[in-house]
Amino acid sequence: MLKPGRHLVLGNVACAEGAIRAGCRFFAGYPITPANEISHHMASELPRAGGFFLQMEDELASMGAVIGASWAGAKAMTATSGPGFSLMQENIGYAHMTETPCVVVDVQRSGPSTGQSTMPSQQDVYQARYGAHGDYEVIALAPWSVQEMFELTVRAFNLAERFRTPVMLMSDGVIGHIKEKLVVPREIETIERRRTTNASCTPFGTDDPSGVPDMPLFGDGCQLLVTGSTHRPNGLRDDNPRYHQMIVDRIRGKILRAESEIADTVKMYMDDAEIAVVSYGASARPSYGAVERARAEGVKAGILRLRTLWPFPEKEVSDLAENVDAILVVEMNVGKVVREVERVACGRSRVISIPKVGGVLQSVDEVHGAIGRAI
Amino acid sequence: MILNAFVRAVDELQIPQDKILCVSGIGCSAWIPSPNFRGDTLHTTHGRALAFATGAKVFNSDLKTIVFTGDGDGAGIGGNHLIHAARRNIGITTILVNNMNYGMTGGQIAPTTPHGSVTETSPYGNPENPFDLAELVAAAGATYVARWTTYHIVELTRSIREALQHRGFSFIEVLSQCPTQQRRMFGMTGPMQEIPQRILEMFSESTYTRGRPPGGNYFYVIPSGSPEEALREVGEALDGVEASIKIVDHIAFGRTIRIDTKDQEVAKEKLKDMSTVERLAGPLEGKRELGVFVREERPEFTETLKGIIRKARGE
Repeated sequence: MLKPGRHLVLGNVACAEGAIRAGCRFFAGYPITPANEISHHMASELPRAGGFFLQMEDELASMGAVIGASWAGAKAMTATSGPGFSLMQENIGYAHMTETPCVVVDVQRSGPSTGQSTMPSQQDVYQARYGAHGDYEVIALAPWSVQEMFELTVRAFNLAERFRTPVMLMSDGVIGHIKEKLVVPREIETIERRRTTNASCTPFGTDDPSGVPDMPLFGDGCQLLVTGSTHRPNGLRDDNPRYHQMIVDRIRGKILRAESEIADTVKMYMDDAEIAVVSYGASARPSYGAVERARAEGVKAGILRLRTLWPFPEKEVSDLAENVDAILVVEMNVGKVVREVERVACGRSRVISIPKVGGVLQSVDEVHGAIGRAI
Repeated sequence: MILNAFVRAVDELQIPQDKILCVSGIGCSAWIPSPNFRGDTLHTTHGRALAFATGAKVFNSDLKTIVFTGDGDGAGIGGNHLIHAARRNIGITTILVNNMNYGMTGGQIAPTTPHGSVTETSPYGNPENPFDLAELVAAAGATYVARWTTYHIVELTRSIREALQHRGFSFIEVLSQCPTQQRRMFGMTGPMQEIPQRILEMFSESTYTRGRPPGGNYFYVIPSGSPEEALREVGEALDGVEASIKIVDHIAFGRTIRIDTKDQEVAKEKLKDMSTVERLAGPLEGKRELGVFVREERPEFTETLKGIIRKARGE
């Protein structure tokens, strides 16, 4: 583990370091570009911290092992890219249904299918939200730097434990593979799941306003019934519509009610902005450069950077639509987050998609040019 | 029956119930532990029980972890996880209930369905060939491998006990009845109430235990068409020969005729060139071997991982 202080570190390594500092003691993964460095770092550092590293036979097994380990008490994580993320979806859905805390890192690359296997994208935005079948909410975070690969991984674990849910860390092939300064703090706040060993507990139902039940572990003597089938609060399988409604309402509600606490955005140059750029992850970097250049030319441009993609920061984007004339959404895909912005803006502002496909990051020139055309 | 054998074995071994973790996938076999068994149960996605169990067992190796799976769940969709768990020799006991089809969904072919069987997805006869699962898992590296049937309940219970005490990956394949679907697969006509018992008898007929090959003075006559017509013609042909002739159910031959007689050569001679007979078969042909096939000691996976932690920490 890196000591507190300044280091020059690869993005993927910062992610693994953040995980271990957050208390991760179980990692199961499968080789895939461009996420491999996370596995490699976990393979050498997790055992040093007393944790377990497994390379499983495929991504389905990796996600399954993560869930099994979580119920045995581990803060557990896996890391992959698009094709592996696709394979994990069924078990991610299982984690939603069973309210299993865990972290899934997607270092996005360009698809569909094998695609441009070594080149970055932000194409998996909707897959993070809707990849598994069924009705559920998702927490997904978007780091834009090596520092945030560390910090947002810590946040991912804390959110996973607090809300008893899988959390997606949506990185990409740019952020995963750059080397930047990482400041490792001395103190880190970590959150642990609320445990219980009460044999009559209801691990899948609660009256607590948070909507998050206490979680027993295997071996606690609680006769746990963990199942992906619709179940009663005590875990017993029951496909009665009443129980299904209860589960769906509660697992969605526990996240949606906390949306304003989960939502995490960064505003730069927004105070008097008339044109706003909305971006996230790697795309936000040239966007920021473009806004700075526009400001130097006297254009009242600003940037709203999303550090959470899901639940979508409704309020921040709604306020934005109220206050600016035009919103440009810059992303490395055909235009996905722009659809959410359009939905929330609801006609109150022009919304312009600035998509980029082809496995290449936008340039400052490109975004700056788009700002110019939007005036 | 399998739940009973399991519970009995657990009781005999006095394993503390709050340390038992039962993991199962999807299918009829998955309902063996969940929700009946009073321990922790993890009911996973289809075919993935061993992957989930691996995560739990690795993180907390104090958990006595048992996976219940079926032939479709464990060797079809779950086949990859099965061979890798065996290869790792992880300390998990896997009880695979083999009813030779995907029963819960209505009786489709599975990787264990005999060639030629008629099922929902093989109305013209199964074009595929089945795995020998015990052989497959043994080849993959499991260190305790056994096969029994639900007819052999005493041996099964003993094997479960041995498997639970075994250090490493233990695997028991249990050939099991599925009256609803196997009736059609093995051409079992007759009253439904009799089918479960007939299947158990079929298991007895179609298997032998390693070290005790079927001796005995008998052979099979495989009918070319209706077993009843063949039976009639065979009975006439063997008039004068001291022989017991009856129709039996056999996994390899379906409904077939068994002839017990001391005068085998004489009988076989008299059965030459009969239109109702396809061919004759010896007592061993098509029989499945039962028993404990592998019993070895090799480093167990979770112990190896703990050794890695010690090594990484320079202890």
